[in-house]
Amino acid sequence: MRSRKDRLIAFLMVLPSLIAIYIFVYGFIGSAIQTSTTDWGSNPAQPPLAQNVIKSDVGLANYEGLMTDMMEFSFRNSLANTFFFTVFFVGGCLVVGLILALLLDQNIVGEGLFRTIFLFPMALSFVVTGTIWRWMLQPNGGVNILPQQLFGLEPINFGWMNSRDVILPFEWAHVPTLLTYLGMIILAFMIVNYAVKGKWRASQYGVIAIVIIGLVLLSGFWNNIWLPLDQPDMETSIAPKGFNAALIGIIIAAVWQMSGYTMAMFIAGIRGIPEELREAARVDGCSELGVYWRIVLPQLNPIILSAMIILGHISLKIFDLVFAMAGPDNAQTIVPGLLVYIEGFRENSFARASAIAVIMLFFVAIIIVPYLWSQLRDDS
Amino acid sequence: MTNVMTSNEMKRYTARVAIYVVLAIFTIVFLTPVYLVVITALKDPSTINLATTWNLPESLYFQSFGEVIEAFGPRLQNSVSLVIAATALSSVLGSLNGYVFSKWRIPGEKILFPLVLFGMFIPYQAILIPLFEFMRSVNLYGGIPGLVIIHTVYGLPITTLIFRNFYMEIPDEMLEAGAIDGADFWGLYRHVVFPLSIPGFVVVVIWQFTQIWNEFLFAVTMTNTDSQPITVGLAQLAGGEAVKWNLPMAGAIVAALPPLIIYIILGRYFIRGLLAGSIKG
Repeated sequence: MRSRKDRLIAFLMVLPSLIAIYIFVYGFIGSAIQTSTTDWGSNPAQPPLAQNVIKSDVGLANYEGLMTDMMEFSFRNSLANTFFFTVFFVGGCLVVGLILALLLDQNIVGEGLFRTIFLFPMALSFVVTGTIWRWMLQPNGGVNILPQQLFGLEPINFGWMNSRDVILPFEWAHVPTLLTYLGMIILAFMIVNYAVKGKWRASQYGVIAIVIIGLVLLSGFWNNIWLPLDQPDMETSIAPKGFNAALIGIIIAAVWQMSGYTMAMFIAGIRGIPEELREAARVDGCSELGVYWRIVLPQLNPIILSAMIILGHISLKIFDLVFAMAGPDNAQTIVPGLLVYIEGFRENSFARASAIAVIMLFFVAIIIVPYLWSQLRDDS
Repeated sequence: MTNVMTSNEMKRYTARVAIYVVLAIFTIVFLTPVYLVVITALKDPSTINLATTWNLPESLYFQSFGEVIEAFGPRLQNSVSLVIAATALSSVLGSLNGYVFSKWRIPGEKILFPLVLFGMFIPYQAILIPLFEFMRSVNLYGGIPGLVIIHTVYGLPITTLIFRNFYMEIPDEMLEAGAIDGADFWGLYRHVVFPLSIPGFVVVVIWQFTQIWNEFLFAVTMTNTDSQPITVGLAQLAGGEAVKWNLPMAGAIVAALPPLIIYIILGRYFIRGLLAGSIKG
């Protein structure tokens, strides 16, 4: 019915967009990967912005430097920061968003108004949020003096973004081991969970997996592939690794901004649960809380996963909020997105900045590619 | 008529009260920053100090807004031009792409579409340096036109996705009927698809408008002093150590107002754009 000519036109109409995306996304990613294996910007003999700058191939030296070179501890700190930021930001948004969604599911008078209030920060830019919260979190003002103003209590004595405290300290050399432990703990939880549900086969596989991982850990495998730091003692004293307390304020601001988003996702999810399902549970003698625990929450699992992935990838990319709240030069709150900006656009160390950017992309791809794949597979 | 409640009624009543109390607390927490921004922006700078942060202004002082708009200078105009151009371009192209991806078979679409979508999740840092090189080599670096192109291209994945999901709802029979009447690719678009697209356009335009207005990474790396948008202006305003806080706060209000107004008036469509980001809408 539709002519060949029309099909051709259809194809020609998307072609410019496809070509643009091909160049601007995939071409540039390829070029960034390529740049990350050169010395562009770190060779003193070659001014980085010169017309005919010569970029020599240095293989994976930039990546090795990021992992081991004492001078580049900022990158390793930024990874640690991203880890803790992600955990608390995603966790916070999920908890607050879920609470708000469940509260608003109680036939609330003025529900629309509440929803508007909880969601409005999403319409702001991270720069606006950061500016506002920087004022909220002034060490000698803002929320710190609220207990005093409201109840006559002692003011809070915390420097927020100025804080230099490190909570949960760890050694960079122990990262693979710690992550392995973390994985084993999660696996153990899953085994118990499967065992409780009577899925013996799954929990057996889990036990086997834990044993294998444990053997790999004991064999010292990680010590052989994890590059040792050039000067581990210096690193520990100059740039201790851990959860920097200076991040707490930024996490609070980010949760304030984004928890409305998880709320909206959860509300949409709750709306999608057929009322008959809940009614049936009530008829079976389920209490109102039981209905939520047994019917609503399990139905929300896929949405929780989606929210974790979307928020997780936002947190891996976080840049403007930190820029506006703590400034680009605060060593305590450095994140990879900011480091690419500093290395690339201030220092003109383009190759090193590219290497950091490629690592960011790698982490984002790990969580987004399977997500896209599963979403689109369900679609068709 | 009796005032005595049974214990069940009592329980339910207490639960209702508790729910509203918790909601009220959340509301206060969510609105506290708004209160602080507004009172600080309206204070005479000489009366702003940390100890009186939370006090209402003694007298209303509106000059900060004038000062801020002066300080933003061309950046406000830059943001307006950038947003209008990039939103218009990415919406029209997105509509066309969505139409093709939802209603026409094109070779390799099962691979092409996910590849397009991936573009909206990448950390833009990953393409920033090649983009910088590219824009410099084609002499578009540092100006508004270059920024419009950047925002248009990186806006295509989300606009394509929203329109494609939107057009999936249009029954194929409507297009078949149009085709029998002799409508071709453009005829079907003009007479069947486009007239049904208005809500889709509202969602996409709002989304793109908000995103581009609020964007910071490209704004700070791909511009020079003449072409910076408002987010960069605000970051500079608030960036110094010894800031008079009335200015950043007034600046935050000015920068936040356009997307906020849209959100308040057209919130429903805003939320649809928001949820489209999780692919299935």
